[in-house]
Amino acid sequence: MIATAPQEGCETLPKLLARNVLRYPNKPAYREKEFGIWQCWTWSQAATEIEDLACGLADMGLEPGDSVAIIGRNRPALYWAMISAQMCGAIPVPLYQDAVAEEMIYVLDNSHARFVIAGDQEQIDKIHEVQDQIPRVEQMIYHDPRGMRKYGAPNLSDMAKVRAKGREKRAEIWPRLQALQAAKTYDDTCVMLYTSGTTGRPKGVVLSNRNIIETSKNSAEFDNLRSDEDILAYLPMAWVGDFIFSVGQALWTGFCVNCPESAETMQTDLREIGPTYFFAPPRVFENQLTEVMIRMEDASRSKKWLFHYYMAQAKAIGPRLLDGESVGLGDRIKYFLGNLFVYGPLKNTLGLSRVRVGYTAGEAIGPELFSFYRSLGINLKQLYGQTEASVFITQQPDGQVRSDTVGVPSPGVELKMADSGEVFYRSPGVFVEYFNNPESTASTKDADGWVATGDAGFIDPESGHLRIIDRAKDVGKMSDGAMFAPKYIENKLKFFPNILEAVAFGNDRDMCTAFLNIDMTAVGNWAERNNIAYSSYQELAGHPRVLEIMRGHVEDVNVSVATDPMLSGCQVHRFVVLHKQLDPDDGEMTRTQKVRRIVVEKKFSDILTAMYDGKSEIFTETEVTYEDGRKGKIKATLTIVDAAVQPAQKLEAAE
Amino acid sequence: MKDSVESYVTDDGRTIGGVMLDLRNITLRFGGVEAIKDISFNIREGEIRAIIGPNGAGKSSMLNIISGFYKPQEGEVLFDGVARPPMPPYQVARQGIARTFQNIALFEGMSVLDNVMTGRMNHMNASIFSQAMWFGKAQREEVENREAVERIIDFLEIQKIRKTPVSRLPYGLKKRVELARALAAEPRLLLLDEPMAGMNVEEKEDMSRFILDLNDEFGTTIALIEHDMGVVMDLSDRVVVMDYGRKIGDGTPDEVRGNQGVIDAYLGVSHD
Repeated sequence: MIATAPQEGCETLPKLLARNVLRYPNKPAYREKEFGIWQCWTWSQAATEIEDLACGLADMGLEPGDSVAIIGRNRPALYWAMISAQMCGAIPVPLYQDAVAEEMIYVLDNSHARFVIAGDQEQIDKIHEVQDQIPRVEQMIYHDPRGMRKYGAPNLSDMAKVRAKGREKRAEIWPRLQALQAAKTYDDTCVMLYTSGTTGRPKGVVLSNRNIIETSKNSAEFDNLRSDEDILAYLPMAWVGDFIFSVGQALWTGFCVNCPESAETMQTDLREIGPTYFFAPPRVFENQLTEVMIRMEDASRSKKWLFHYYMAQAKAIGPRLLDGESVGLGDRIKYFLGNLFVYGPLKNTLGLSRVRVGYTAGEAIGPELFSFYRSLGINLKQLYGQTEASVFITQQPDGQVRSDTVGVPSPGVELKMADSGEVFYRSPGVFVEYFNNPESTASTKDADGWVATGDAGFIDPESGHLRIIDRAKDVGKMSDGAMFAPKYIENKLKFFPNILEAVAFGNDRDMCTAFLNIDMTAVGNWAERNNIAYSSYQELAGHPRVLEIMRGHVEDVNVSVATDPMLSGCQVHRFVVLHKQLDPDDGEMTRTQKVRRIVVEKKFSDILTAMYDGKSEIFTETEVTYEDGRKGKIKATLTIVDAAVQPAQKLEAAE
Repeated sequence: MKDSVESYVTDDGRTIGGVMLDLRNITLRFGGVEAIKDISFNIREGEIRAIIGPNGAGKSSMLNIISGFYKPQEGEVLFDGVARPPMPPYQVARQGIARTFQNIALFEGMSVLDNVMTGRMNHMNASIFSQAMWFGKAQREEVENREAVERIIDFLEIQKIRKTPVSRLPYGLKKRVELARALAAEPRLLLLDEPMAGMNVEEKEDMSRFILDLNDEFGTTIALIEHDMGVVMDLSDRVVVMDYGRKIGDGTPDEVRGNQGVIDAYLGVSHD
């Protein structure tokens, strides 16, 4: 692989910032809604804040090579803190803000963080709680002073004060920092991000300036991103995607990063900002759609008719228009009217009116869900990526969007398939190493820079797009030798709005079974409309009529699975609707909301055994963790439901 | 002894000042019924003062006297050491006393923001004309007051429902909106009439947190009526216990907890 030379003056993020100050001094760079009003900072204002904080941090003793942990919700001040740390030659390490204290110990300790910059009291409290277990942490800085008045620890400072101190001592410190930055190269570390850890402990992925800047540049060119884009920064700051979108690409192209007022107001803020470049995991789109459908159920009959009529039109015409195919005049007029009456107002309500480029990734997106957004005229595309790749491995170009593939290799990315079906890639975005973990680095990345994705897939011969089947290590065999791909079935199940989460089992077993989680919003609304009383999640999840609906969904999935000759053995024979939602606080999911299969299998092993023993009911007791870290137990008797299976096309002869 | 008037600092670092409101020998009658019989107690600057007692003890009546809604037949109310002549509630409010109600009393059809804005009424004095035209002083005032209101919305974490009509909110949130409206008046003394009635554990915890925070951050003095003993004992600096219109105990939560009269009242010893 040929290493590309950096553009002059673009080797590090602080240098990109300086470039933006020259290029767009008075253009909005960051916005945040506070006290009901969107506050705005231009590139030059932001740069001043960042430099002041950098001087303040250096004054407090931040040394080149130190790690700075950053924890909090998406706020400009925290994005700035990351660049400030880089100005001091230090390495920012963003952490998941909803991590419980114990999870934080591991990352803080593993990353050798000397400084912690926290958003608010909540985060500081968590660190205080475990302080004696993280002796390396020397200084703590908080941004929001609310509730912090009585915290007297000597190593705790208010960010505003640090900044003020930095401003005061700027004349003395800034030249030193400038010299430090000038010496930084394209191959120095830019940031360290922790993988979400679907399996085992999270690993610190070291990404260089080259990784971040090359990736930002390539992906910005791929989608023709410009300096007048608006994005909404609402996904966890510790996630590589947010770092690329809200930091890398924002600095590269000079577009504006908007931060919501709070996590709960995201939908309102989305509508107010109307981003032009939008990223969301399928979950967000799914929630939006569920909300729309629920509200349509309650609408008047004429409105319902209007909605359903024009949505049917949109489904037929919208995607063709987006893909630039030829569409007849009559259809164009229909779509125009639909846009006037339904799509336009709907997009506006969703906050997606201005979206020019939209991406979804992280999980497979249901074809129904995907086409709903596409038919409204929203250019929603899929991408496939990893922390180790600085996000981008493949993405869908405009006009070549399909729901079952993840697109063509991103610019600069090479792909190859191993014999086992596992996908390998090589790109300028490929990570430097796992921090302090040469064994893992060696087992993931070979000497030539090829990285194993851990996913099994193939290139679709028709379109040339990559298609992902499942995690390579999750693909197994059933006891009769048929291929078992749990993700494939789970995704099909999850495409039903009533099913929030599904976990399928079947490896080395004679039949496939599944655990389901109901979607409280969708099923709750259904219960309300059907006069079904319930007092808790558990009660609703166990309601016989809910189980009946679930059985219907599972049987529908079986019908569709049966048509796939390769995977027809994976039909779900029996299932259980779990009495609790799978939750990251209980370790059943990662912080990025991916199921930890092994944990779930172990934790609910009693239920699993009962399913294979042919029982029809099982009493179980499960430990749960509340948001404040306390633990409790819930008990339930779960019904095991049998679902009808279709005759498997290929295997029938063998039986 | 904490009854002395010298200010002191509590264990958690708050300063409790001198007496702010002094109630002396208050008696309140409705016709022949004596709702409150010769009660005296005081509320000190910066403290959280609880009034507890069984149903019908006269707690809400007491709060109504403080807020100026009821006029006691006997006794006097001293605010900042000055005897307060009988005055209508709006004048009491101007002195810096705000309250919430046992049964939520919000404007159901109005948005949360508008409801909280009404709490700023005493901070606006532009003319009707100016307000109708939204011109000059009225405009300036609205901007200033909106800013104050937004700080409260931020403090109580109700940004999400800023524009939602109150009638669409669940009970727990309505209570919080009512607190926001009372806070909007920037009171020195805040009267809370059963702020946690009908709430679940989580909502109670939130509410307790807000009460402690606002006492701490803004230095607001708080007098509250509450039935949840756990909450009362955790939150308050001093507790007044009432039963059948009489004061049967007064002191720190620990003192009150050990008071025989209080135990009897709560365990239901017969009154002869």
